[in-house]
Amino acid sequence: MVLSALFYKHTIRHGIHPPDNKEDTCGQPIRRFPFAPELVVPLSQHIGAPAIARVKAGQEVIRGEVIAHADGFMSVPIHAPATGVVKAIDLMPTARGPRAPAILIKVYPGDTQEVAHSQQLDLEHLDAGQLIQATQDCGMAGLGGAAFPSHVKFKVPSQHTIHTLVVNGSECEPYLTTDHRVMLEQPERLLSGIRLVRKAVGAERVIIGIEDNKLDAVRVIRARLRPDDPIEVTVIEAKYPQGAEKMLVKSLLGIEIPSAGLPSEVGLMISNTGTLAALGELLPIGQGLIERVVTITGSGVKKPGNYLIPLGTPLRFVLQQLGIKTRRERVILGGPMMGAAVASLDVPITKGTSGVLVFAKDALGQVPHVVMPCIRCGRCLAACPVMLNPSELGLLAGKRQYNIMATRYHLNDCIECGCCSYVCPANIPLVQYFRIAKTINREQALQVA
Amino acid sequence: MDSNRKIEINTSPHIHDNPSVASIMRNVVYALLPVCAYAVYLFGISALALLLVVTGSCLLTEMLYDRLLHRSGSLGDFSTVITGLLLALTLPPGFPLWMGAVAGFIAIALGKALFGGLGCNVFNPALVGRAFVQAAFPVAITTWTPVRATGRFLEFIPSSLAWPFLRPVDTTSWSQQLGIDGFTGATPLALQKFQHIASSNSDLFLGLTAGSAGETSALLILLCGAWLALRKMMDWRISAGVFAGALLVSVPLHYGLDPQVYPGPGFVLLSGGMMLGALFMATDVVGSPLTPRGVWLYGLLIGALTVIIRQFSALNEGIMYAILIANAVAPLIADVTQPRIYGAHKKRRRPAP
Repeated sequence: MVLSALFYKHTIRHGIHPPDNKEDTCGQPIRRFPFAPELVVPLSQHIGAPAIARVKAGQEVIRGEVIAHADGFMSVPIHAPATGVVKAIDLMPTARGPRAPAILIKVYPGDTQEVAHSQQLDLEHLDAGQLIQATQDCGMAGLGGAAFPSHVKFKVPSQHTIHTLVVNGSECEPYLTTDHRVMLEQPERLLSGIRLVRKAVGAERVIIGIEDNKLDAVRVIRARLRPDDPIEVTVIEAKYPQGAEKMLVKSLLGIEIPSAGLPSEVGLMISNTGTLAALGELLPIGQGLIERVVTITGSGVKKPGNYLIPLGTPLRFVLQQLGIKTRRERVILGGPMMGAAVASLDVPITKGTSGVLVFAKDALGQVPHVVMPCIRCGRCLAACPVMLNPSELGLLAGKRQYNIMATRYHLNDCIECGCCSYVCPANIPLVQYFRIAKTINREQALQVA
Repeated sequence: MDSNRKIEINTSPHIHDNPSVASIMRNVVYALLPVCAYAVYLFGISALALLLVVTGSCLLTEMLYDRLLHRSGSLGDFSTVITGLLLALTLPPGFPLWMGAVAGFIAIALGKALFGGLGCNVFNPALVGRAFVQAAFPVAITTWTPVRATGRFLEFIPSSLAWPFLRPVDTTSWSQQLGIDGFTGATPLALQKFQHIASSNSDLFLGLTAGSAGETSALLILLCGAWLALRKMMDWRISAGVFAGALLVSVPLHYGLDPQVYPGPGFVLLSGGMMLGALFMATDVVGSPLTPRGVWLYGLLIGALTVIIRQFSALNEGIMYAILIANAVAPLIADVTQPRIYGAHKKRRRPAP
């Protein structure tokens, strides 16, 4: 046991080590952002059914008030991020491209940061079901980037039991430091969120995985653990894409989540530190999610840092406040490996926005546009954390053999981390092909059904 | 902040790792240059002319191919230069230059362009070229000249300048008139196979034996290959597999059967084209199976086949056909060695407490 502990390294096989570029922001404390004159609050900031607006144009809303309620279980409510007047409910640009309905709020000038609506909950006496209901009521969706409704995740399928809550503090995307700052500045909130969720999912123990480029956060959290907490902090090697659920579980515990299966099948629940810290803050006071910590950085930003930004703040306002160095740039929501480049600066900060990266035209090391033929060098195989064969998949995608990709080469196990495209010396847009192939396969399956 | 500011859109990932196809290929060329320089030192201007003519012929053929396809730029990826240099290094230093030009043309035209260019070729193009001239010009390709001949930087080996389609000048008398003791016009492999005369390992190591232009100094090739492997521009597993495969077959033969007939491990690895083949030709990624277990299997197959061909066929060198055969089965190897993906077996193990 001792020997195996000596040789067992907490990391994943394969993966990549892109330059992490976190030094600009990881030392910067979280700062509060001013209100934009007008907020764009999309009704769909989470995966699942969009919320249903319960306000009308011209109606006054108070910061913290529910302005849209959840449409069933696979949905979360939305709270007003600021006090003001509803200007309209209209189609507005989104990060994904197509326009979607959003509530436009004209913020009263000089609005305070006070949150009016809050009802204290007696958390000591809530059972698991009530805790999950409280999670839905506060509108929580995964703050790590996927924005999956947290209460849906915490509702464990009845045939499974959870023994371990895995807390994801790896933050493996380059540039992003929100989880890092939250762990450093809000360890008590994080731990109270962990204790609540552990109760909600019925886990015996908790394991927090933090990459070795955030050892200060490890010390801060370890120092605040109570002797009776069944919580341990494990340091893992900094590597991308270790923050992916499947990879994190492998690094921390050495077990694999079955292909096409849920973590609960192997008794695990995984949640991100940002989400848990927000729950630790919001659940006790019964408040809704109205703001979040966002890393804003990149070569094009004059004042990079971590900011607590009201949801619905348009990117245009964010960039105006922080100053932009270049005229022509690329703006990315999320990290550089999986984030989406936005086509319009009217896109707002939403629950899933972990970062905003702004780059001058040539500052990104420029993804080359000339695509060469595959020379079968095998770098993609050595990078793929799921052990797929991206080279073969890429060749098949070129021939539009999307079915064979899925049936023989495990296309659906691809986590779309982008390691294959990152390493490809021929610049073949591999992960981009795979996303298209998956979409086409899904559409065809729907047509058949 | 003006409202008509332009922003670029693009799908993720938005960052990219450095090496490109061209930079990988360029590094392979750099790694081959010392080997070429040593060949010129050993064999003089004939070797130099051969390198230039063969590489030039490859580049011209590639240009012609580009012209036919109305495209441009495939010369910039350096893969054609590699093919040219490798092909020239596998030929005897006194190989008639016009035959070298034919070999270069065949390598690119039949070995590469016909399959669709870079990345599509099934066989290593340099070896396709060599296999062609081996069949077409069997005498010229087995005519060897001594190393470090006097005056090698001033005069050509007579056969080099032979006119196309005419019988090349006989170099045997030329070699003898140089007055080098004991030069028999045979390579160490031929001496070993047909006369059971073993060459010394140190001579093989430093390349002081007759042979093809670049198939001489094992040490130099090993160093150049190691440099490439350290820079992660070459798959060391294939080379290691080739050596392991060769030892796996030759060691039992040498120690188990007859040490006279079957050479020892040192000779097997250091002689002939083993080094150049294992480090620079087998590792040509285009023809390899590219799965993690597949590359080992591929290497082992090449190594084992090389020794088998050397010992049990009419030829005394086998690495060329070994690689070509392995190229042919590489897709099958890839097919049966697909990696086990994450979460494939439904493990339901609980973590250790």
